[in-house]
Amino acid sequence: MLKDITFGQYYESNSLLHRTDPRAKIVLMILLIVFIFLAKNLFALLFATACVGCIALISRVPFRLYIKNMKAILPVLIFTAVINLFYGDGGRILLEVWKLRITTGGIYNSVFMALRIVLLIFMSSVLTYTTTPNDLTDAIESLLSPLKFVGLKGAVHTLAMMMTIALRFIPTLIEEAEKIMNAQKARGADLESGGLVDRVKALIPILIPLLISSVRRAYELAEAMECRCYNGGEGKTRMKQMHLSNTDFLVSAAAIIMCAGIIILNILL
Amino acid sequence: MKMENIIEIKKVSYEYTEEERIFAAVKDINLNIERGSFTVILGHNGSGKSTLAKMLNGLKRPTFGDVIIDGINTKDEEKELEIKRKVGMVFQNPDNQLIASIVEEDVAFGPENLGLSPAEIRVRVDDALKSVGMYEFRKSTPHRLSGGQKQRIAIAGIIAMQPDCLVLDEPTAMLDPKGRAEIIDTLIKLNKEKNITVILITHYMEEAEKADRVVVMNDGEIIADGLPAEIFENVSLLKSVGLDVPQTTELLYALKQKGFRVKTNVISIKETAASIAAALGSEEK
Repeated sequence: MLKDITFGQYYESNSLLHRTDPRAKIVLMILLIVFIFLAKNLFALLFATACVGCIALISRVPFRLYIKNMKAILPVLIFTAVINLFYGDGGRILLEVWKLRITTGGIYNSVFMALRIVLLIFMSSVLTYTTTPNDLTDAIESLLSPLKFVGLKGAVHTLAMMMTIALRFIPTLIEEAEKIMNAQKARGADLESGGLVDRVKALIPILIPLLISSVRRAYELAEAMECRCYNGGEGKTRMKQMHLSNTDFLVSAAAIIMCAGIIILNILL
Repeated sequence: MKMENIIEIKKVSYEYTEEERIFAAVKDINLNIERGSFTVILGHNGSGKSTLAKMLNGLKRPTFGDVIIDGINTKDEEKELEIKRKVGMVFQNPDNQLIASIVEEDVAFGPENLGLSPAEIRVRVDDALKSVGMYEFRKSTPHRLSGGQKQRIAIAGIIAMQPDCLVLDEPTAMLDPKGRAEIIDTLIKLNKEKNITVILITHYMEEAEKADRVVVMNDGEIIADGLPAEIFENVSLLKSVGLDVPQTTELLYALKQKGFRVKTNVISIKETAASIAAALGSEEK
Protein backbone atom coordinates (compact mmCIF):
# COMPACT_ATOMS: atom_id res chain seq x y z
CA MET A 1 0.00 0.00 0.00
CA LEU A 2 2.68 2.49 0.98
CA LYS A 3 4.95 1.53 -1.89
CA ASP A 4 2.56 3.28 -4.29
CA ILE A 5 3.44 6.65 -2.84
CA THR A 6 5.93 8.25 -5.15
CA PHE A 7 7.63 11.47 -4.40
CA GLY A 8 8.88 13.36 -7.35
CA GLN A 9 8.31 11.73 -10.68
CA TYR A 10 11.68 12.22 -12.28
CA TYR A 11 12.05 10.33 -15.55
CA GLU A 12 15.69 9.55 -16.39
CA SER A 13 16.70 10.74 -19.85
CA ASN A 14 19.14 13.12 -21.46
CA SER A 15 16.89 15.45 -23.41
CA LEU A 16 17.45 19.14 -23.98
CA LEU A 17 14.98 19.87 -21.18
CA HIS A 18 16.73 17.52 -18.75
CA ARG A 19 19.91 19.47 -19.31
CA THR A 20 18.27 22.85 -18.84
CA ASP A 21 19.04 24.72 -15.62
CA PRO A 22 16.25 23.92 -13.12
CA ARG A 23 15.93 27.61 -12.21
CA ALA A 24 15.33 28.50 -15.84
CA LYS A 25 12.77 25.69 -16.08
CA ILE A 26 10.78 26.94 -13.08
CA VAL A 27 10.71 30.55 -14.28
CA LEU A 28 9.82 29.61 -17.85
CA MET A 29 7.12 27.22 -16.72
CA ILE A 30 5.46 29.94 -14.65
CA LEU A 31 5.79 32.36 -17.57
CA LEU A 32 4.20 29.94 -20.05
CA ILE A 33 1.35 29.11 -17.68
CA VAL A 34 0.60 32.81 -17.28
CA PHE A 35 0.55 33.25 -21.05
CA ILE A 36 -1.64 30.20 -21.55
CA PHE A 37 -4.16 31.93 -19.31
CA LEU A 38 -3.76 35.14 -21.27
CA ALA A 39 -4.72 33.42 -24.53
CA LYS A 40 -8.09 34.95 -25.35
CA ASN A 41 -9.18 33.23 -28.51
CA LEU A 42 -9.18 29.67 -29.75
CA PHE A 43 -6.38 30.27 -32.24
CA ALA A 44 -4.03 31.58 -29.59
CA LEU A 45 -4.91 28.62 -27.37
CA LEU A 46 -4.43 26.14 -30.20
CA PHE A 47 -1.05 27.70 -30.87
CA ALA A 48 -0.22 27.27 -27.18
CA THR A 49 -1.40 23.64 -27.40
CA ALA A 50 0.92 23.02 -30.33
CA CYS A 51 3.80 24.60 -28.40
CA VAL A 52 3.13 22.51 -25.29
CA GLY A 53 2.92 19.43 -27.52
CA CYS A 54 6.35 20.23 -28.93
CA ILE A 55 7.75 20.76 -25.42
CA ALA A 56 6.39 17.36 -24.34
CA LEU A 57 7.99 15.75 -27.41
CA ILE A 58 11.36 17.42 -26.73
CA SER A 59 11.27 16.18 -23.11
CA ARG A 60 11.53 12.56 -24.41
CA VAL A 61 9.24 11.46 -21.60
CA PRO A 62 6.82 8.71 -22.76
CA PHE A 63 3.42 10.13 -23.55
CA ARG A 64 1.64 7.62 -21.33
CA LEU A 65 3.27 9.21 -18.29
CA TYR A 66 1.62 12.53 -19.15
CA ILE A 67 -1.68 10.73 -19.66
CA LYS A 68 -1.22 9.12 -16.24
CA ASN A 69 -1.00 12.56 -14.62
CA MET A 70 -4.03 13.67 -16.61
CA LYS A 71 -6.10 10.79 -15.25
CA ALA A 72 -5.49 12.04 -11.73
CA ILE A 73 -7.23 15.34 -12.45
CA LEU A 74 -9.96 13.87 -14.67
CA PRO A 75 -12.76 14.61 -12.16
CA VAL A 76 -11.72 18.27 -11.94
CA LEU A 77 -11.51 18.42 -15.70
CA ILE A 78 -15.01 16.97 -16.19
CA PHE A 79 -16.46 19.21 -13.49
CA THR A 80 -14.98 22.34 -15.09
CA ALA A 81 -16.16 21.31 -18.53
CA VAL A 82 -19.71 20.61 -17.38
CA ILE A 83 -20.05 23.83 -15.38
CA ASN A 84 -18.75 25.92 -18.24
CA LEU A 85 -21.12 24.21 -20.63
CA PHE A 86 -23.95 26.23 -19.09
CA TYR A 87 -22.08 29.47 -18.77
CA GLY A 88 -21.64 30.32 -22.39
CA ASP A 89 -23.79 33.11 -23.73
CA GLY A 90 -24.31 33.80 -27.36
CA GLY A 91 -24.39 31.38 -30.19
CA ARG A 92 -27.17 29.06 -31.24
CA ILE A 93 -29.28 27.38 -28.58
CA LEU A 94 -28.84 23.65 -28.94
CA LEU A 95 -30.74 22.33 -25.97
CA GLU A 96 -32.93 23.90 -23.37
CA VAL A 97 -34.08 22.12 -20.24
CA TRP A 98 -35.84 24.19 -17.60
CA LYS A 99 -33.55 27.18 -16.91
CA LEU A 100 -30.40 25.50 -18.22
CA ARG A 101 -29.51 25.97 -21.82
CA ILE A 102 -26.59 24.68 -23.80
CA THR A 103 -25.42 26.97 -26.54
CA THR A 104 -22.61 26.76 -29.09
CA GLY A 105 -20.97 29.48 -27.01
CA GLY A 106 -21.18 27.19 -23.99
CA ILE A 107 -19.54 24.32 -25.81
CA TYR A 108 -16.80 26.67 -26.97
CA ASN A 109 -16.28 27.88 -23.38
CA SER A 110 -16.26 24.38 -21.99
CA VAL A 111 -13.65 23.11 -24.47
CA PHE A 112 -11.59 26.25 -23.96
CA MET A 113 -11.47 25.90 -20.18
CA ALA A 114 -10.76 22.17 -20.25
CA LEU A 115 -7.94 22.66 -22.71
CA ARG A 116 -6.39 25.32 -20.49
CA ILE A 117 -6.32 22.94 -17.54
CA VAL A 118 -4.86 20.14 -19.65
CA LEU A 119 -2.08 22.48 -20.79
CA LEU A 120 -1.43 23.57 -17.22
CA ILE A 121 -1.00 19.99 -16.05
CA PHE A 122 1.20 19.22 -19.04
CA MET A 123 3.51 22.11 -18.24
CA SER A 124 3.94 21.23 -14.60
CA SER A 125 4.42 17.55 -15.53
CA VAL A 126 7.22 18.51 -17.91
CA LEU A 127 8.97 20.24 -15.01
CA THR A 128 8.64 17.37 -12.55
CA TYR A 129 9.49 14.67 -15.11
CA THR A 130 12.66 16.38 -16.28
CA THR A 131 14.00 17.66 -12.93
CA THR A 132 15.14 15.64 -9.92
CA PRO A 133 13.63 16.64 -6.55
CA ASN A 134 17.11 17.66 -5.41
CA ASP A 135 17.58 19.98 -8.34
CA LEU A 136 14.14 21.46 -7.70
CA THR A 137 15.11 22.13 -4.09
CA ASP A 138 18.38 23.77 -5.11
CA ALA A 139 16.59 25.84 -7.74
CA ILE A 140 13.97 27.05 -5.27
CA GLU A 141 16.70 28.00 -2.81
CA SER A 142 18.56 29.86 -5.53
CA LEU A 143 15.44 31.62 -6.83
CA LEU A 144 14.44 32.70 -3.33
CA SER A 145 17.94 33.93 -2.49
CA PRO A 146 17.09 37.59 -3.26
CA LEU A 147 14.96 37.45 -0.08
CA LYS A 148 18.27 37.56 1.80
CA PHE A 149 18.46 41.25 1.11
CA VAL A 150 15.17 41.94 2.84
CA GLY A 151 16.36 40.29 6.04
CA LEU A 152 15.08 36.76 5.38
CA LYS A 153 18.50 35.15 4.95
CA GLY A 154 17.97 32.52 7.63
CA ALA A 155 14.50 31.70 6.36
CA VAL A 156 15.66 30.83 2.84
CA HIS A 157 18.41 28.57 4.12
CA THR A 158 16.09 26.93 6.67
CA LEU A 159 13.46 26.25 4.02
CA ALA A 160 16.02 24.66 1.70
CA MET A 161 17.49 22.56 4.54
CA MET A 162 14.00 21.39 5.49
CA MET A 163 13.22 20.34 1.94
CA THR A 164 16.55 18.51 1.63
CA ILE A 165 16.03 16.60 4.87
CA ALA A 166 12.40 15.82 4.01
CA LEU A 167 13.43 14.36 0.65
CA ARG A 168 16.15 12.35 2.31
CA PHE A 169 13.88 10.92 5.03
CA ILE A 170 10.72 10.13 3.06
CA PRO A 171 11.98 6.70 1.89
CA THR A 172 13.41 5.95 5.35
CA LEU A 173 10.12 6.75 7.07
CA ILE A 174 8.07 4.80 4.52
CA GLU A 175 10.27 1.79 5.21
CA GLU A 176 9.82 2.30 8.93
CA ALA A 177 6.03 2.67 8.63
CA GLU A 178 5.92 -0.62 6.75
CA LYS A 179 7.93 -2.34 9.47
CA ILE A 180 5.62 -1.00 12.16
CA MET A 181 2.54 -2.04 10.18
CA ASN A 182 3.87 -5.55 9.82
CA ALA A 183 4.74 -5.67 13.51
CA GLN A 184 1.22 -4.54 14.45
CA LYS A 185 -0.36 -6.98 12.00
CA ALA A 186 1.69 -9.76 13.55
CA ARG A 187 0.12 -8.75 16.87
CA GLY A 188 -3.33 -9.07 15.35
CA ALA A 189 -4.02 -5.48 14.30
CA ASP A 190 -6.69 -5.29 11.61
CA LEU A 191 -5.88 -2.44 9.25
CA GLU A 192 -7.90 -3.27 6.21
CA SER A 193 -11.49 -3.84 7.21
CA GLY A 194 -14.20 -1.82 8.89
CA GLY A 195 -15.60 1.58 8.17
CA LEU A 196 -13.75 4.84 7.87
CA VAL A 197 -13.73 5.49 11.63
CA ASP A 198 -12.41 2.00 12.37
CA ARG A 199 -9.65 2.39 9.84
CA VAL A 200 -8.57 5.76 11.18
CA LYS A 201 -8.54 4.29 14.68
CA ALA A 202 -6.44 1.39 13.43
CA LEU A 203 -3.83 3.86 12.22
CA ILE A 204 -3.15 5.23 15.71
CA PRO A 205 -0.94 2.29 16.80
CA ILE A 206 1.11 2.89 13.65
CA LEU A 207 1.38 6.66 13.81
CA ILE A 208 2.45 6.90 17.44
CA PRO A 209 5.52 4.62 17.19
CA LEU A 210 6.38 6.34 13.90
CA LEU A 211 6.19 9.76 15.52
CA ILE A 212 8.31 8.71 18.50
CA SER A 213 10.96 7.19 16.28
CA SER A 214 10.99 10.30 14.07
CA VAL A 215 11.68 12.48 17.08
CA ARG A 216 14.54 10.19 18.06
CA ARG A 217 15.89 10.29 14.53
CA ALA A 218 15.67 14.08 14.52
CA TYR A 219 17.68 14.23 17.72
CA GLU A 220 20.40 11.95 16.36
CA LEU A 221 20.45 13.78 13.04
CA ALA A 222 20.91 17.10 14.83
CA GLU A 223 23.93 15.72 16.68
CA ALA A 224 25.39 14.30 13.48
CA MET A 225 24.90 17.67 11.74
CA GLU A 226 26.60 19.42 14.63
CA CYS A 227 29.53 17.02 14.27
CA ARG A 228 29.80 18.08 10.67
CA CYS A 229 30.31 21.69 11.69
CA TYR A 230 26.78 22.80 10.79
CA ASN A 231 25.97 26.12 12.38
CA GLY A 232 22.78 27.23 10.72
CA GLY A 233 24.20 27.86 7.29
CA GLU A 234 26.42 30.78 8.19
CA GLY A 235 29.38 31.01 5.83
CA LYS A 236 28.22 27.89 4.03
CA THR A 237 29.40 27.37 0.46
CA ARG A 238 28.04 24.99 -2.17
CA MET A 239 29.89 22.28 -4.05
CA LYS A 240 27.47 22.35 -6.96
CA GLN A 241 27.34 25.73 -8.65
CA MET A 242 24.56 26.38 -11.09
CA HIS A 243 25.60 28.14 -14.27
CA LEU A 244 23.39 29.28 -17.08
CA SER A 245 24.63 27.74 -20.32
CA ASN A 246 23.80 28.18 -24.00
CA THR A 247 21.13 25.49 -23.63
CA ASP A 248 19.32 27.68 -21.10
CA PHE A 249 19.40 30.72 -23.38
CA LEU A 250 18.11 28.63 -26.27
CA VAL A 251 15.24 27.22 -24.20
CA SER A 252 14.43 30.69 -22.81
CA ALA A 253 14.38 32.19 -26.29
CA ALA A 254 12.01 29.46 -27.49
CA ALA A 255 9.70 30.06 -24.52
CA ILE A 256 9.63 33.81 -25.14
CA ILE A 257 8.77 33.23 -28.83
CA MET A 258 5.85 31.05 -27.68
CA CYS A 259 4.61 33.80 -25.36
CA ALA A 260 4.96 36.38 -28.12
CA GLY A 261 3.05 34.09 -30.50
CA ILE A 262 0.13 33.87 -28.07
CA ILE A 263 -0.02 37.66 -27.72
CA ILE A 264 0.17 38.24 -31.48
CA LEU A 265 -2.65 35.78 -32.12
CA ASN A 266 -4.64 37.45 -29.34
CA ILE A 267 -4.34 40.81 -31.07
CA LEU A 268 -4.70 39.72 -34.69
CA LEU A 269 -7.67 37.41 -34.39
CA MET B 1 60.33 9.16 17.41
CA LYS B 2 58.47 10.68 20.29
CA MET B 3 54.74 10.21 19.97
CA GLU B 4 52.59 13.23 20.52
CA ASN B 5 49.21 13.02 22.23
CA ILE B 6 46.31 14.25 20.12
CA ILE B 7 43.79 13.76 22.91
CA GLU B 8 44.43 14.18 26.60
CA ILE B 9 41.69 13.25 29.03
CA LYS B 10 42.54 14.57 32.46
CA LYS B 11 40.58 13.46 35.53
CA VAL B 12 37.33 13.58 33.63
CA SER B 13 33.97 12.83 35.22
CA TYR B 14 30.55 13.24 33.70
CA GLU B 15 27.44 13.44 35.84
CA TYR B 16 23.80 13.76 34.95
CA THR B 17 20.64 14.06 36.98
CA GLU B 18 17.63 11.90 36.49
CA GLU B 19 14.62 12.05 38.77
CA GLU B 20 16.60 14.28 41.14
CA ARG B 21 19.38 11.77 41.61
CA ILE B 22 22.89 12.28 40.38
CA PHE B 23 24.43 9.56 38.25
CA ALA B 24 28.04 9.44 37.12
CA ALA B 25 28.41 8.03 33.62
CA VAL B 26 32.16 8.58 33.59
CA LYS B 27 34.24 8.53 36.77
CA ASP B 28 37.59 10.27 37.04
CA ILE B 29 39.16 8.97 33.85
CA ASN B 30 42.71 9.70 32.69
CA LEU B 31 43.56 8.68 29.15
CA ASN B 32 45.96 9.90 26.47
CA ILE B 33 45.55 9.03 22.81
CA GLU B 34 48.65 9.15 20.62
CA ARG B 35 48.50 10.76 17.22
CA GLY B 36 48.18 8.19 14.45
CA SER B 37 47.21 5.34 16.77
CA PHE B 38 44.27 2.93 16.47
CA THR B 39 42.58 2.56 19.83
CA VAL B 40 39.58 0.39 20.61
CA ILE B 41 37.43 1.19 23.62
CA LEU B 42 35.53 -1.90 24.72
CA GLY B 43 32.64 -1.86 27.06
CA HIS B 44 29.19 -3.19 27.68
CA ASN B 45 26.04 -1.08 27.38
CA GLY B 46 26.02 1.52 30.13
CA SER B 47 29.76 1.37 30.71
CA GLY B 48 30.06 5.07 29.92
CA LYS B 49 31.87 4.56 26.63
CA SER B 50 29.38 6.57 24.54
CA THR B 51 29.44 9.43 27.02
CA LEU B 52 33.21 9.40 26.88
CA ALA B 53 33.03 9.47 23.05
CA LYS B 54 30.74 12.48 23.04
CA MET B 55 33.15 14.34 25.29
CA LEU B 56 35.92 13.89 22.72
CA ASN B 57 34.55 16.53 20.35
CA GLY B 58 32.62 18.76 22.70
CA LEU B 59 29.13 17.33 22.11
CA LYS B 60 29.21 16.81 25.86
CA ARG B 61 31.46 18.73 28.20
CA PRO B 62 32.93 17.06 31.30
CA THR B 63 31.40 17.92 34.67
CA PHE B 64 34.87 17.74 36.23
CA GLY B 65 38.28 17.60 34.59
CA ASP B 66 39.44 18.60 31.13
CA VAL B 67 39.49 17.12 27.66
CA ILE B 68 42.31 18.62 25.58
CA ILE B 69 42.18 18.15 21.82
CA ASP B 70 45.47 19.02 20.12
CA GLY B 71 46.09 21.70 22.75
CA ILE B 72 42.52 23.06 22.80
CA ASN B 73 40.27 22.56 25.81
CA THR B 74 36.77 21.44 24.77
CA LYS B 75 35.38 23.92 27.29
CA ASP B 76 36.54 26.76 25.04
CA GLU B 77 33.22 27.54 23.33
CA GLU B 78 34.78 29.84 20.77
CA LYS B 79 36.84 26.96 19.38
CA GLU B 80 33.82 24.64 19.15
CA LEU B 81 33.85 24.38 15.36
CA GLU B 82 37.60 23.88 15.25
CA ILE B 83 37.34 20.99 17.72
CA LYS B 84 34.52 19.39 15.73
CA ARG B 85 36.64 19.74 12.59
CA LYS B 86 39.64 18.10 14.27
CA VAL B 87 37.70 15.24 15.83
CA GLY B 88 35.13 13.75 13.48
CA MET B 89 32.42 11.54 14.91
CA VAL B 90 30.48 8.66 13.40
CA PHE B 91 27.43 7.19 15.14
CA GLN B 92 25.62 3.90 15.29
CA ASN B 93 22.73 4.39 12.86
CA PRO B 94 23.89 5.41 9.38
CA ASP B 95 20.31 6.39 8.42
CA ASN B 96 20.29 9.15 11.00
CA GLN B 97 23.58 10.68 9.91
CA LEU B 98 23.04 11.21 6.21
CA ILE B 99 21.52 14.54 5.26
CA ALA B 100 21.25 14.66 1.48
CA SER B 101 19.59 12.18 -0.85
CA ILE B 102 22.54 12.03 -3.21
CA VAL B 103 25.72 10.41 -1.90
CA GLU B 104 28.21 13.02 -3.13
CA GLU B 105 26.06 15.89 -1.89
CA ASP B 106 25.91 14.30 1.52
CA VAL B 107 29.69 13.95 1.68
CA ALA B 108 29.95 17.61 0.60
CA PHE B 109 27.84 18.76 3.57
CA GLY B 110 30.76 19.00 6.03
CA PRO B 111 33.19 20.82 3.72
CA GLU B 112 30.35 23.14 2.62
CA ASN B 113 29.78 24.09 6.25
CA LEU B 114 33.49 24.86 6.54
CA GLY B 115 33.02 27.43 3.78
CA LEU B 116 35.53 25.95 1.35
CA SER B 117 35.61 26.83 -2.34
CA PRO B 118 33.50 24.66 -4.70
CA ALA B 119 36.62 23.31 -6.43
CA GLU B 120 38.24 22.36 -3.11
CA ILE B 121 35.01 20.67 -1.93
CA ARG B 122 34.86 18.66 -5.17
CA VAL B 123 38.44 17.40 -4.68
CA ARG B 124 37.81 16.48 -1.03
CA VAL B 125 34.52 14.71 -1.77
CA ASP B 126 36.04 12.60 -4.55
CA ASP B 127 39.05 11.83 -2.40
CA ALA B 128 36.95 10.88 0.64
CA LEU B 129 34.65 8.64 -1.41
CA LYS B 130 37.65 6.88 -2.97
CA SER B 131 39.24 6.31 0.42
CA VAL B 132 36.16 4.43 1.67
CA GLY B 133 35.72 2.64 -1.67
CA MET B 134 32.37 4.22 -2.50
CA TYR B 135 33.41 6.46 -5.41
CA GLU B 136 31.38 4.55 -7.99
CA PHE B 137 28.24 5.13 -5.90
CA ARG B 138 28.66 8.93 -5.78
CA LYS B 139 25.49 9.63 -7.79
CA SER B 140 23.45 6.99 -5.98
CA THR B 141 20.87 7.58 -3.29
CA PRO B 142 21.54 6.38 0.29
CA HIS B 143 18.30 4.43 0.72
CA ARG B 144 19.29 2.07 -2.08
CA LEU B 145 22.57 1.15 -0.37
CA SER B 146 23.32 -1.52 2.24
CA GLY B 147 23.92 -0.62 5.88
CA GLY B 148 27.67 -1.10 5.55
CA GLN B 149 27.76 1.09 2.45
CA LYS B 150 25.70 3.80 4.15
CA GLN B 151 28.04 3.75 7.12
CA ARG B 152 31.03 4.11 4.78
CA ILE B 153 29.32 7.17 3.26
CA ALA B 154 28.91 8.57 6.78
CA ILE B 155 32.64 8.00 7.36
CA ALA B 156 33.44 9.67 4.02
CA GLY B 157 31.34 12.66 5.10
CA ILE B 158 33.64 13.07 8.11
CA ILE B 159 36.87 12.30 6.22
CA ALA B 160 36.02 15.08 3.73
CA MET B 161 36.48 17.59 6.57
CA GLN B 162 40.04 16.22 6.91
CA PRO B 163 39.93 15.55 10.66
CA ASP B 164 43.01 14.53 12.62
CA CYS B 165 41.05 12.04 14.62
CA LEU B 166 38.05 9.84 13.91
CA VAL B 167 35.83 8.70 16.78
CA LEU B 168 33.30 5.98 15.98
CA ASP B 169 30.59 5.18 18.51
CA GLU B 170 29.51 1.58 17.82
CA PRO B 171 29.52 2.06 14.04
CA THR B 172 28.93 -1.63 13.40
CA ALA B 173 26.17 -2.32 15.93
CA MET B 174 23.39 -2.21 13.33
CA LEU B 175 25.27 -3.97 10.55
CA ASP B 176 25.47 -7.56 9.34
CA PRO B 177 28.83 -9.42 9.55
CA LYS B 178 29.74 -8.39 5.99
CA GLY B 179 29.01 -4.74 6.71
CA ARG B 180 31.01 -4.94 9.93
CA ALA B 181 34.04 -6.33 8.12
CA GLU B 182 33.76 -3.54 5.50
CA ILE B 183 33.83 -0.87 8.19
CA ILE B 184 36.76 -2.36 10.10
CA ASP B 185 38.79 -2.77 6.89
CA THR B 186 38.01 0.84 5.93
CA LEU B 187 39.13 2.08 9.35
CA ILE B 188 42.39 0.14 9.24
CA LYS B 189 43.06 1.53 5.76
CA LEU B 190 42.34 5.12 6.83
CA ASN B 191 44.58 4.71 9.87
CA LYS B 192 47.49 3.25 7.90
CA GLU B 193 47.24 5.26 4.68
CA LYS B 194 46.03 8.64 5.84
CA ASN B 195 47.53 8.45 9.31
CA ILE B 196 44.20 9.38 10.88
CA THR B 197 43.98 8.63 14.60
CA VAL B 198 41.10 6.18 15.07
CA ILE B 199 39.14 5.63 18.27
CA LEU B 200 36.67 2.81 17.80
CA ILE B 201 34.07 2.26 20.49
CA THR B 202 32.44 -1.12 20.39
CA HIS B 203 31.31 -4.12 22.34
CA TYR B 204 32.52 -6.61 19.74
CA MET B 205 35.89 -7.91 20.88
CA GLU B 206 36.74 -9.28 17.43
CA GLU B 207 36.99 -5.72 16.19
CA ALA B 208 39.79 -4.99 18.64
CA GLU B 209 42.07 -7.61 17.11
CA LYS B 210 43.96 -5.27 14.76
CA ALA B 211 44.10 -2.28 17.11
CA ASP B 212 47.30 -0.85 18.58
CA ARG B 213 45.71 -0.58 21.96
CA VAL B 214 42.57 -1.76 23.75
CA VAL B 215 40.93 0.08 26.62
CA VAL B 216 38.22 -1.75 28.55
CA MET B 217 35.57 0.27 30.36
CA ASN B 218 33.08 -0.80 32.96
CA ASP B 219 30.75 1.30 35.08
CA GLY B 220 32.37 4.58 34.02
CA GLU B 221 35.92 3.47 34.79
CA ILE B 222 38.85 2.09 32.83
CA ILE B 223 39.52 -1.43 34.10
CA ALA B 224 42.12 -2.56 31.58
CA ASP B 225 44.40 -0.90 29.06
CA GLY B 226 46.97 -2.62 26.87
CA LEU B 227 47.81 -4.46 23.67
CA PRO B 228 44.96 -6.56 22.18
CA ALA B 229 46.75 -9.83 22.90
CA GLU B 230 47.30 -8.88 26.56
CA ILE B 231 43.68 -7.90 27.02
CA PHE B 232 42.28 -11.02 25.34
CA GLU B 233 44.28 -13.27 27.61
CA ASN B 234 42.29 -12.03 30.55
CA VAL B 235 39.10 -13.90 29.68
CA SER B 236 37.68 -14.00 33.19
CA LEU B 237 37.95 -10.20 33.54
CA LEU B 238 36.23 -9.59 30.19
CA LYS B 239 33.47 -12.01 31.05
CA SER B 240 32.98 -10.42 34.43
CA VAL B 241 32.11 -7.10 32.79
CA GLY B 242 29.62 -8.72 30.43
CA LEU B 243 31.64 -8.63 27.22
CA ASP B 244 31.15 -11.36 24.67
CA VAL B 245 34.43 -13.14 24.30
CA PRO B 246 35.10 -14.43 20.75
CA GLN B 247 34.42 -18.14 20.36
CA THR B 248 38.07 -18.80 19.49
CA THR B 249 39.32 -17.14 22.65
CA GLU B 250 36.71 -18.93 24.68
CA LEU B 251 37.74 -22.31 23.24
CA LEU B 252 41.42 -21.69 23.99
CA TYR B 253 40.57 -20.50 27.47
CA ALA B 254 38.55 -23.64 28.15
CA LEU B 255 41.35 -25.84 26.80
CA LYS B 256 43.90 -24.08 28.97
CA GLN B 257 41.78 -24.58 32.06
CA LYS B 258 41.69 -28.30 31.25
CA GLY B 259 45.47 -28.35 31.30
CA PHE B 260 46.36 -27.99 27.62
CA ARG B 261 49.34 -25.73 26.95
CA VAL B 262 47.72 -23.51 24.33
CA LYS B 263 48.62 -19.91 23.57
CA THR B 264 45.61 -17.84 24.61
CA ASN B 265 46.67 -14.44 23.29
CA VAL B 266 45.42 -15.10 19.76
CA ILE B 267 42.05 -14.36 18.25
CA SER B 268 41.80 -15.28 14.55
CA ILE B 269 40.55 -18.73 13.57
CA LYS B 270 43.80 -19.51 11.76
CA GLU B 271 46.01 -18.64 14.73
CA THR B 272 43.71 -20.51 17.07
CA ALA B 273 43.96 -23.63 14.93
CA ALA B 274 47.75 -23.26 14.85
CA SER B 275 47.84 -22.81 18.60
CA ILE B 276 45.75 -25.93 19.21
CA ALA B 277 47.79 -27.92 16.70
CA ALA B 278 51.01 -26.85 18.41
CA ALA B 279 49.64 -27.81 21.82
CA LEU B 280 48.47 -31.21 20.56
CA GLY B 281 51.86 -31.78 18.91
CA SER B 282 53.72 -31.13 22.12
CA GLU B 283 51.25 -33.27 24.04
CA GLU B 284 51.97 -36.32 21.89
CA LYS B 285 55.71 -36.12 22.32
